[in-house]
Amino acid sequence: MTTPGRAFAYAPAPESRSAADIAPSYGLFVDGRFAEAADGATLKTVNPATEEVLSEVAVGGEADVDRAVKAARKAFKAWSALPGAERAKYLFRIARLIQEHARELAVLETLDNGKPIRESRDVDLPLVAAHFFHHAGWADKLAYAGFGPNPRPLGVAGQVIPWNFPLLMLAWKIAPALATGNTVVLKPAETTPLTALRFAEICVEAGLPPGVVNIVTGAGATGRAVVAHPDVDKIAFTGSTPVGKEIIRTVAGTGRRLTLELGGKAANIVYDDAALDSAIEGIVNGVFFNQGQVCCAGSRLLVQESVADEVVAMLTRRLGTLRLGDPLDKNTDIGAINSAAQLDRVKALAAAGDDEGAERWTAPCAIPAKGFWFPPTVFTGVTQAHRIAREEIFGPVLSVLTFRTPAEAVEKANNTPYGLSAGVWTEKGAKALWTAQRLRAGVVWTNTFNRFDPASPFGGFKESGFGREGGRHGLGAYLNV
Amino acid sequence: MLSVFPADPAEVTSSEAALARFLHGLPGIDTVGAQARAAALGTRSIKNEAKAFAIDLALAVIDLTTLEGADTPGKVRALCAKALHPDPSAPDTPRPAAICVYPDLVAEARQALGATAVKVASVATAFPSGRASLDVKLADVAEAVRDGAHEIDMVIDRGAFLAGRYRRVFDEIVAVKAACGDAHLKVILETGELATYDNVRRASWLAMLAGADFVKTSTGKVATNATPPVTLVMLEAVRDFHAATGRRVGVKAAGGIRTTKDAIKYLVLVHETAGPDWLTPDLFRIGASGLLNDLLMQRRKLATGHYSGPDYVTVD
Repeated sequence: MTTPGRAFAYAPAPESRSAADIAPSYGLFVDGRFAEAADGATLKTVNPATEEVLSEVAVGGEADVDRAVKAARKAFKAWSALPGAERAKYLFRIARLIQEHARELAVLETLDNGKPIRESRDVDLPLVAAHFFHHAGWADKLAYAGFGPNPRPLGVAGQVIPWNFPLLMLAWKIAPALATGNTVVLKPAETTPLTALRFAEICVEAGLPPGVVNIVTGAGATGRAVVAHPDVDKIAFTGSTPVGKEIIRTVAGTGRRLTLELGGKAANIVYDDAALDSAIEGIVNGVFFNQGQVCCAGSRLLVQESVADEVVAMLTRRLGTLRLGDPLDKNTDIGAINSAAQLDRVKALAAAGDDEGAERWTAPCAIPAKGFWFPPTVFTGVTQAHRIAREEIFGPVLSVLTFRTPAEAVEKANNTPYGLSAGVWTEKGAKALWTAQRLRAGVVWTNTFNRFDPASPFGGFKESGFGREGGRHGLGAYLNV
Repeated sequence: MLSVFPADPAEVTSSEAALARFLHGLPGIDTVGAQARAAALGTRSIKNEAKAFAIDLALAVIDLTTLEGADTPGKVRALCAKALHPDPSAPDTPRPAAICVYPDLVAEARQALGATAVKVASVATAFPSGRASLDVKLADVAEAVRDGAHEIDMVIDRGAFLAGRYRRVFDEIVAVKAACGDAHLKVILETGELATYDNVRRASWLAMLAGADFVKTSTGKVATNATPPVTLVMLEAVRDFHAATGRRVGVKAAGGIRTTKDAIKYLVLVHETAGPDWLTPDLFRIGASGLLNDLLMQRRKLATGHYSGPDYVTVD
């Protein structure tokens, strides 16, 4: 018999781990085949939720990168000469295979990255497939995309992607490159290489000609080798601003094309006339999605003073319902931080918040004994002068600032070295537009946050980088126009 | 909590203008956001002991309902027997919270239920349209209460609400509440006819300010009845009303909830919106007729490991 009012404890509902088949070791994927690194070097990839070693992957050196670039160069001739409709067939095939293997890929992504299965299943994988479908559609219509009657591919694209959305970032890079007739050498992140390697197998299954896609795993040195290779025509990088600056120095003067998608410190502006319940969801989604490890995360909440107390009270109540734990559990809202190193950075910046006098509130989540975890955290009483209001934390930490007028909101929102994204919450359309027009950010969401679509260009201002991915603008970055 | 709520609640209802100002000053509802939130909560995966808990809770919050023109005393007696012995082979099965009938069948239901804890709820106030004079509505309520109804489900005057005559709706609820005496009052907003979530939030506050013990989504007699987003908005309203006044008001989702899966989604909505305190028949109800048997079949499947089919539960 039910006891009224008893806590409704959700029993564990784990997704089956066996959906993903992980080999004990993986080689580099070059010229359509897997092979060990020339010097036999390897690294281990771990499950951040358990610290268990998942697999061992090869570390590509300069010789391996050179082999991959040569394979891509060789494949470029035939690939770029294919009619767009033929390239589209391969992309459609890859998109469908991704859909067919969605469950497996979602489990693999969650194991390797630590993100909750509900996010890899409901957000990452559908978007990955959508990016390939979208760009498959463009492949035979490039002449009508506004770049002139015969836009040409650039050649070999060297692509370096981060660990926060391993497969989605791969899709953002590879889909437009292939659709426009380029070939690719991609280096996935050191901590999250597994889905990229599974993607390589999908390319084989799709019958993609050897050399069109090459995956070279490894750490920073491997990435540097890709960026520095003289026969690469275009570099696309998503990652931290310091690494982005290093890449600019490497590429400067070489005539090679470059797009950079770097850090962010997005302002999420909540006016007092906002639909507050939805705004709370938007704040939560803005900064706690993927444990806050999102370059466009809404990590600075700018809330109008007249509703600040109410919003903070609503927010902390809502955060009390977030469920932190086993990322494979379908009811988990907050998963693990990707690595021990990243957890240390988040802890250090949160400690800086304490030192500077901001008030810390921590969601009442039990922290598992093993793995890398950081509970959802809110700092109130934050000002523009605090480090936690200026530096990208890349973790589940929200800084709450207040403002009194729209002009002040815009001034504070723009007062940052970054400019990747921003959010505006108001029920007044004119005010939303007025604000959006004045925000210096690549994406401004109104009454929503962290929403992505392959048709919508994404990219930054200032230290958040340059170039756009997605949409027509994203195609331009891979075409000689 | 809610910054627009004044220290003295009487200020809010002091005049038509004050009432309109307050209701229109409530934070808006973003349609897309509300639907997305309700959908996200609908993806919770409720398994094993959590599912067993949810099934028993769902059974305990049902208002087992028959509201047909063709209802007979015999039909009501059968429904009451079903409420008392939902699953004759599993005596530990929770009973529904109430039997919900038309006023002329209240006496029949009271007699059939005897001294058990199962309540008798009755729809009154010219249900389902509510298009009658206040005198007629009050007489309707009086008859149901006289015959022993523990709970009255009234409909609001949607015409007056949509015309912005909030004071009229308010006064009518106050009058019905007075006519209820000790009976609990559930106020049916008929959200399918209110058209917007903003209206649902305003109507919820209006009913609560007028003394409702429950706010209820629907009569079950229009095209769109209870939906998860509408219920979400009402749960937010009762949560905010509690924060502002300290008084807990219940929510009843009615119409179209037929499967265990659906019922569990509503329980998750309650749990994560208003909070675990609302997971009791005192503060949450599901108005349904077909749901009971699906819950019984799922309950038995959980207990025995296999699915026994519709012939293993009673038809009425």
